[in-house]
Amino acid sequence: MAIKQLSVFVENKKGSLHEITDLLAKENIDLRSMCVADTNNFGIVRIITTEPERAVEVLKAEGHAANVREITAFAVPDQPGGLAKVLSLIESSGRDIEYSYALITSEAGKAYSVMRTDDDKKTEELLKANGIELLDGDHLK
Amino acid sequence: MEKRKYYQPEIETMPVEEIKKLQSEKLVKQVKHVYEHVPYYRDMMDEKGVKPEDIHGIEDLYKLPFIEKKDLRETYPYGMLAVPLEDCVRIQSTSGTTGRRVIAYYTQNDVNLWEDCCARALVAVGADKEDVVQVSYGYGLFTGGPGLNGGSHKVGCLTLPMSSGNTERQIQFMTDLKATVLCCTPSYAAYIGESLKEMGYTADTIPLKAGIFGAEPWTQGMRRSIEETLGIKAYDIYGLTEISGPGVSFECSEQNGMHICEDHFLAEIINPETGEPLPEGEKGELVFTCLDKEAFPLLRYRTRDICVLSRKPCSCGRTHIRMAKPMGRSDDMMIIRGVNVFPSQIEAVLINEGFSPNYQIKLSRVNNNDTFDVYVELPPEQFDDSVKIITAKEKSLEVALRAMLGIGPSVHLVPPKTIARSEGKAVRVIDERKLHD
Repeated sequence: MAIKQLSVFVENKKGSLHEITDLLAKENIDLRSMCVADTNNFGIVRIITTEPERAVEVLKAEGHAANVREITAFAVPDQPGGLAKVLSLIESSGRDIEYSYALITSEAGKAYSVMRTDDDKKTEELLKANGIELLDGDHLK
Repeated sequence: MEKRKYYQPEIETMPVEEIKKLQSEKLVKQVKHVYEHVPYYRDMMDEKGVKPEDIHGIEDLYKLPFIEKKDLRETYPYGMLAVPLEDCVRIQSTSGTTGRRVIAYYTQNDVNLWEDCCARALVAVGADKEDVVQVSYGYGLFTGGPGLNGGSHKVGCLTLPMSSGNTERQIQFMTDLKATVLCCTPSYAAYIGESLKEMGYTADTIPLKAGIFGAEPWTQGMRRSIEETLGIKAYDIYGLTEISGPGVSFECSEQNGMHICEDHFLAEIINPETGEPLPEGEKGELVFTCLDKEAFPLLRYRTRDICVLSRKPCSCGRTHIRMAKPMGRSDDMMIIRGVNVFPSQIEAVLINEGFSPNYQIKLSRVNNNDTFDVYVELPPEQFDDSVKIITAKEKSLEVALRAMLGIGPSVHLVPPKTIARSEGKAVRVIDERKLHD
């Protein structure tokens, strides 16, 4: 149970993000969510799309350093404290979160998020055992 | 007691004709010594068809083959040694290309003559027995620390063997023990000056009166700024491990060119393309022949420094020929924070660490200190979507480069194909420093 995330390495400079989204737009690839992590020098653009495998080929063909990886996705009740409960579980289990961001949600009353931790498999087991709903690619359609 | 003007007056003020005569006598002997004891150089001479008997004086110098850095690499570690190893008492070393260092050997006489040169430099800037000399060059394989340390002993100064770094401690010793002469790289002098200023010291309250700053290029502007901040006279010194170390030449009170210790080191200027000797006053590559050294007596060693020599009389009374500050290099060596760095060394580390050799070196100078950045293209297969992992890769490259070079650059990973290429060839070095006037 996981969804696929496209990531690409970019320079932290004007126009980098536009170049990536433009390449994908030209191929008619639909973006569902995006998160940019930036440092002084570089940025990592993380994208959730319905066609990650095709998207990564488009970027690689243009010489970009890009990859696709599976990432933990889950739904929480769309109410105050919904996400905090999950994060509390993660923290008390000793897992370390690399990054996390929200996704477009297609169901009323729910909020979707993704997360990478230092051990995604154990994280998913933990969420499952605590009754947190995990998402897969079908939820993006 | 009146201060000494010269450390070895009879040599330093010897009439030019006598110096030339002395050089000729020494050269004839030295060529014979090298020919007999260094098979590598003997083969080079044989190949050129020149025998020791063909060398009658300095006018025959041009007949001898050049020694280049590649020859030192080829003969590593013992091939240029001209005495039995048991007669050697010291090595010093400098970074070479592609990881192979240059090792220079010294007999006790070699150490003595090198330290004499440093002593001459110290006396030339006004140091004498009552002075306190703070040596803040690195000690160890680098020649800066040991050379000035030995020179300071010979003059009879109280020597503070500080080595480089730990600026707080440097300043404590400098102010508590009232150091009067500072020896270090010009960029470190500028840094110490800024630190003193921040602590509230002014040119009047800093005890220093003179500084000997070398091992890296610096401009007149930098000299003025250091002199103002520290309230001193700042003097240049030149040298290289292959020839001995600092003190091959040094500035006098005139601050107008460095007197070469001509009784030990015979200098020429050649056309770097053709190898032809050039007349005095013309700009070209500086070449040295060691006249007295026993263990590692390089003949016609190409320094790759571009420079001009001048025989004009100097008001300080020294008769030894003066060399201008080097104006550049005839190879791709960079001098960063006083350390010699070749792009090929960086390339070797990158390949070794699994990176492609698509990189760019950017050098700049901020507050008189060199900044050293290396931009490296991230191979697509090494990409990871975690900032932590990419940053860790940068750090580990920094560690590997520091281990190779002796100084640490900041490494920046950049996306593939983002390093500027000019006519298909990557521009390896962007040097924004103003190194020469």
